[in-house]
Amino acid sequence: MIFFSQARQITTDYRSERRLFRLKQDRWVFWAVLAFALIVIPRIGTDYWFSAILVPFLVLGLAGLGLNILTGYAGQLSLGSAAFMAVGAFAAYNFQLRIPGISLLLSFFLGGIVTALFGVLIGLPSLRIKGFYLIVSTLAAQFFVPWMLTQYGWFSNYSASGVISAPKLEVFGQDFNTPSGRYLLTLSIVILLGFTAHRLIHSPLGRNWMAVRDMDTAAASIGIPILRTKLLAFAISSFYLGIAGALWAFAYLGTVEPDGFDLSRSFQILFIIIIGGLGSISGSFLGAAFIVLLPITLSLGSTALFGQGADQALLQNLQKIIFGSLIIFFLIKEPDGLARLWRHLRERLKLWPLRY
Amino acid sequence: MSSSRLQLAALTLAVGLFTGQAAHAANEQYFPLQSYRVGPYAAGGSGFFGGFIDYLQDVNAHGGVNGVKLTWSECETEYVVEKGVECYERLKKGLNGAPAAATNPLSVGIAYATLERSTADKIPLITINHGRTDSTDGSVFPYVFPLQLNPYSEVSAIVNYIGQQSGGLSKLKGKKIVVLYHGSPYGKETIPVIDILAKKYGFEATQIEVPHPGNEQQSQWLNIRRIQPDWVILRGWGVMNPVALKTAKKVGFPANHIIGNIWSNSEEDAAPAGDAAKGFISITTHPSGTNFPVLQDIKKNVVDAGKGNLSDPKRFGTVYYNLGVVNGILNVEAVRVAQAKYGKRPLTGEEVRWGFEHLNIDNKRLTELGALGLVQPLKLSCSDHEGGGAVRFQQWDGSKWNVISNWIQADRALLRPIIETSAQQYAKEKGITPRNCKIEK
Repeated sequence: MIFFSQARQITTDYRSERRLFRLKQDRWVFWAVLAFALIVIPRIGTDYWFSAILVPFLVLGLAGLGLNILTGYAGQLSLGSAAFMAVGAFAAYNFQLRIPGISLLLSFFLGGIVTALFGVLIGLPSLRIKGFYLIVSTLAAQFFVPWMLTQYGWFSNYSASGVISAPKLEVFGQDFNTPSGRYLLTLSIVILLGFTAHRLIHSPLGRNWMAVRDMDTAAASIGIPILRTKLLAFAISSFYLGIAGALWAFAYLGTVEPDGFDLSRSFQILFIIIIGGLGSISGSFLGAAFIVLLPITLSLGSTALFGQGADQALLQNLQKIIFGSLIIFFLIKEPDGLARLWRHLRERLKLWPLRY
Repeated sequence: MSSSRLQLAALTLAVGLFTGQAAHAANEQYFPLQSYRVGPYAAGGSGFFGGFIDYLQDVNAHGGVNGVKLTWSECETEYVVEKGVECYERLKKGLNGAPAAATNPLSVGIAYATLERSTADKIPLITINHGRTDSTDGSVFPYVFPLQLNPYSEVSAIVNYIGQQSGGLSKLKGKKIVVLYHGSPYGKETIPVIDILAKKYGFEATQIEVPHPGNEQQSQWLNIRRIQPDWVILRGWGVMNPVALKTAKKVGFPANHIIGNIWSNSEEDAAPAGDAAKGFISITTHPSGTNFPVLQDIKKNVVDAGKGNLSDPKRFGTVYYNLGVVNGILNVEAVRVAQAKYGKRPLTGEEVRWGFEHLNIDNKRLTELGALGLVQPLKLSCSDHEGGGAVRFQQWDGSKWNVISNWIQADRALLRPIIETSAQQYAKEKGITPRNCKIEK
């Protein structure tokens, strides 16, 4: 296949062997996509695309990436993702509220740091327990956090209903409160964090995570510090989820109640990485696309096909059936997720039109 | 035609061609419906939106509003906030050139999430009988309307009723009242105001939380038995209501001293509790029943014509259905009032907002609408986006609700300063300069 031709692209040193995209074509496509997302989309997108599709897709992709660091790379199961998002959102809100003149990005960052500390706390049991038992302890966090946030009025500045609303979205004096502004703000943060995640995964720390994931006893016996490795995975993963939570609250909904971060959100993020691909950065975003965009596509499709004439409840349930069937289909086709499916496709395309 | 208008016309044409819809100005007014017909709250959603749609169909059967036909389309939210936001963004542009009049999500969470968007997009957001209490202050929240009854008024009216039953508000002194509330923003919204009322009238208030979803309440009710209150106010939601009634029976607390609030007042809340619900009292702004002339009219023009929206015809005239009809009446009346000012044509959200703000529905108008006793008299203004603040009480006889009181008013003068303080705080946080309602016309 001409597009994936590897002719004359021989790596001669370590650095070029380990770069993000080894193939020239991939690099070009990557930069083209980035330029398109940063320069073209803000000019041609509509309110609906920004507010209802792109921003939630990016935020949930980031949340998926956060969980993927912990589960996909370090092998620690967690059902507390939504709780970490809630901590990030409420922490960022309180920094913004209680420190006058603090910049928005700094409050996001501090919110992420608070979440990271909380993540370490929740990660402590992982030193003793594994697998399903660890899920139960993260589940405790999932129930504790929303309860705590509703129980103590201080977190929501004593608002009668416990719902907080976002402050002004200003970065360096620029107002990001328009739909395209929110999109650009989210996209910039996601690109920055996505790149950081990639560097982390390919650093010694990332290698340690994977060693612990694959066999922690063996990892310990070759001198990998288990305690530090696991807790750093919890901290960094929680940092990502905290930032995602703050973006969810501020850049997407503009308001947030603790109930918005319930168990079903945690499951949603877990499904994103299962469908997208465990242990894959692009998988987090492919999974988010699947989980966020597919239901909307189905809904738009059914409206276009049947209009308002048909029984609405029936249509809704039909969409759920189709959505579920697609999940089953893709997981049977490729248990390792969409990212792996894409890799297979590429391998095949490299040889195309030859069979093998 | 100036060059900028020429550009605009060209742009409109291009957009129209691009989306495949010619931007023909149909003589239609559009209602975007963020409905929920599946999920845990489907019973409420299908009843409410069924009544709403049937009323719109009924208006169309009479030729629309001054010849302007009403259109609508639905988008499923499942009561989930982000789906509600997606639906809002999807539908706000109108349909086939018909502009959106107002949004009615019937969900506190979705209302909170679309509040600022609605204000920026200039589309009224209607939160009938619920929503943010402080959005009653229209000077700070120009586009939000907690029509008829906000959460504070609801509690105040219940306390006034208890006072009536005890032989006057002065007799409340020393009485014990327990408030059993749903552990959510909606349930907690009234905690401070109950404390204020308790101080004012000298009754003893105990507030007990039931964690969501509320299908286990043994410990709460044992606690209530220990307190031995004169009355229990139930601020429930969904499954919490029948469970409360059943558990009350188990511990021997009489159902006729439990008063359900506005979301504990439907057939779906009482019937599943069986015998335990007999005698249970609740408030309503929209009594159930099919005898109101407007419901008879809907029956004739819509249901009997085979166009009714309910999949289960037995639900015609139930509490949620009638709330949908009431909501339809108020939305359409706002359009009618606004048309009187702006002309008999499709209106923008901004114009409809003016209509809502100048709603003035008295008993005479209610009689014309065939809704006397179904809807309370309502008068809104720039500073008052609630208007009514009255409820009727109804009692469950084991199979249906019977209305047992006339309209009972909340003490709105007492609540107003609290609402204004809260609204001012919001304005300060958001950097909003409130409108001056004295010069608003």
